[in-house]
Amino acid sequence: MASDAHVHAHEESLALREQFDTAAQQKDASTLGMWIFLITEVMFFGGLFLAYTVYRHLYAEVFAVASSSMNVYYGAANTVVLLCSSLTMVLAVRAAQLGQKKAIVLFLILTLILGGVFLGVKAFEWKEKFDEHHIPGPTFHLDGVSSSEQGHAQLFFSLYFAMTGLHALHMVIGAGLLLYLILEARKGIFTAEYNTPVDLIGLYWHFVDIIWIFLFPLLYLIDRHLKR
Amino acid sequence: MITTAVHEREHYLNQSYGIKSWLLTKDHKRIALLYLFTVTLFFFLGGAFATMIRVELLTPTGNFVSNDTYNKLFTMHGVAMIFFFLIPSIPATLGNFFLPMMIGAKDLAFPRINLISWYLLVIGGLFALFAMLAGGVDTGWTFYTPYSTTYSNSWVIATALGIFVAGFSSILTGLNFIVTVHRMRAPGMTWSRLPLFVWSNYATALIQVLGTPVLAVTIILLFCERVFHIGIFDPALGGDPVLFQHLFWFYSHPAVYIMVLPAMGVISELVSVFSRKPVFGYHFVAYASMAIAVLGFLVWGHHLFVATQSVYAGLVFSFLSYFVAIPSAIKVFNWTATLYKGSISFATPMLYAFGFIGLFTIGGLTGLFLAALGFDVHVTDTYFVVAHFHYIMVGGTIMAYMGGLHYWWPKMTGRMYPEGWAKLSALVVFLGFNLTFFPQFILGYMGMPRRYHVYPDEFQVLHVLSTAGASVLAVGYLMPMVYFVWSLKYGAMATANPWGASGLEWKTQSPPPLHNFDETPIVTEEAYDYGSVIGEEIHVG
Repeated sequence: MASDAHVHAHEESLALREQFDTAAQQKDASTLGMWIFLITEVMFFGGLFLAYTVYRHLYAEVFAVASSSMNVYYGAANTVVLLCSSLTMVLAVRAAQLGQKKAIVLFLILTLILGGVFLGVKAFEWKEKFDEHHIPGPTFHLDGVSSSEQGHAQLFFSLYFAMTGLHALHMVIGAGLLLYLILEARKGIFTAEYNTPVDLIGLYWHFVDIIWIFLFPLLYLIDRHLKR
Repeated sequence: MITTAVHEREHYLNQSYGIKSWLLTKDHKRIALLYLFTVTLFFFLGGAFATMIRVELLTPTGNFVSNDTYNKLFTMHGVAMIFFFLIPSIPATLGNFFLPMMIGAKDLAFPRINLISWYLLVIGGLFALFAMLAGGVDTGWTFYTPYSTTYSNSWVIATALGIFVAGFSSILTGLNFIVTVHRMRAPGMTWSRLPLFVWSNYATALIQVLGTPVLAVTIILLFCERVFHIGIFDPALGGDPVLFQHLFWFYSHPAVYIMVLPAMGVISELVSVFSRKPVFGYHFVAYASMAIAVLGFLVWGHHLFVATQSVYAGLVFSFLSYFVAIPSAIKVFNWTATLYKGSISFATPMLYAFGFIGLFTIGGLTGLFLAALGFDVHVTDTYFVVAHFHYIMVGGTIMAYMGGLHYWWPKMTGRMYPEGWAKLSALVVFLGFNLTFFPQFILGYMGMPRRYHVYPDEFQVLHVLSTAGASVLAVGYLMPMVYFVWSLKYGAMATANPWGASGLEWKTQSPPPLHNFDETPIVTEEAYDYGSVIGEEIHVG
């Protein structure tokens, strides 16, 4: 009975959906759909990058001082963690294409763990900001900035929290998707012929990674040219 | 049911019954009808707000509603009409139903996502409805900061979240259309054989996909600003309220083309069918849609001519805005040229198409007035602007939407609407529309500001004319409501191709079977090839 349901679920996910004529058409459509979705994500983050550009241009020096309060080591460590997670993700995709069912699960779990590490470090960083009164609001205070410019410094941290917050939200969604993939992969659903979900969620994961590659220098490294 | 089911041909409407078969359907045709139902509700809701606005404006003093209520009325009119009616109207109903059929596909590429996008519109709509019932929102549909973030005491967040959610509905529809047009075309349906309705919906989808996410992030920032006071739009912290206007119009100007491009697609179909000629300059009309989609992203600054934008930026935006006139004019000229030596019939959809061409031309030309820096400063925030965009959105989009609904009604429902009543309604709408909105051009030019309900006595005659026109217009919109519903039971049965039209959607039964075609069509002709259908019967009332 249980195994019947299992077999049925298996066939369902492999089946060609009725609106398509061929499996290739189905895969092409899904891939194109994912790329277009990622374009919408670029535009979505684009609004924040625009706001960042405007205010960094207006308040360049305050932004540099505010940025220097960031812990660049956490940021760099997280960058390495995310890059590694992209590597394990791409290895999972390759394992799926080769039909190595156990390897898919292994690499997906590794990716999920690395994603978790990133979020853990991020949470730790946010906690520090909270302790240091770097959260925008009535208690906000940043040392090394005149009282008239506290507002401008606050803008930097508003953008920091908005951008890293939305990025983290995308990571959480990505982790949920990875969890789904792991459960599916454990059933042995993905084969050399059918692995579109691994491929597409892989694309999404890389995209979220790339967003961080832009966030890291913009938020952590902008004061590096200043003499200390 | 059992006795008739034996005789009745199976089609998408009688394939299954019950509320679940609708709420869980993945059939693009049924989802289109769900959308039709939803946007019609919002249309009449927005219309009710408009009615109250026009009643208030009958007299120069504020004696029907209070100042605060008036602010809420025009805000909720705009929110309901723009985000919950006009934007989904043509793409999500007519596009959803006919885009797959026109390219010979069984469905959209992602039927489940299509259903999800309808639910998103409903959820967003419920947010907005809640805000309206709980006390309304008074910021104007534009939500300008800092009023919306700091000072307004109305339901800004609920409304904005509703728009946010509905935005994802729009994004998913656009995504679905793009993939469908790329990957689901029937054999032989090349890009240069696509009906122009498909081209224009494709161009619309590009805007939906590229523009709407920017609105989404803008609403998130608005939310953070209002709830957490993060300072992004707050001058007290060094934030810039005008940044909101830039972000807002980066979406909301292209959104005008989300509303009007699909309408242009409908008109291309109607003009061709009812002149029995291929559309003149097919490729120009198709590429004009793409050009409008691209140019639409480069002109948002013309909404900020008086909002701290530099003179040089103003000049560039003014200059670029003129460019939109080129592809728009190409379309109008080509529709007109299509009529030349055509065998024209004055069926109801064609009457609406004629209405569209005339009214869109007026709306477009006054758009050029507004693109001119000097003149725009004179009429900024006056009824001239109100009249201009109502000529585009009501005179343009709603005319085309009504024309399209009449044209495709037999295919969607299997029934003909009563032609005599329909012609009368087209006439009433046209007259009512002009009586409502033409006086507003004069009012605006004379200096009547928008969003005020108290005005000098000398404006009253024109306001009374406008309100009278709105009453006529309301009758014009209620009539189809009645006879469309009537026709579902009493209308004559529609044949597969009552208009003798050439598109693939007419090469299957009315209403279509579940998968649209009994077998996948193979396309061997160009679009609008009226040589091959010339022999068929045309039934026009």
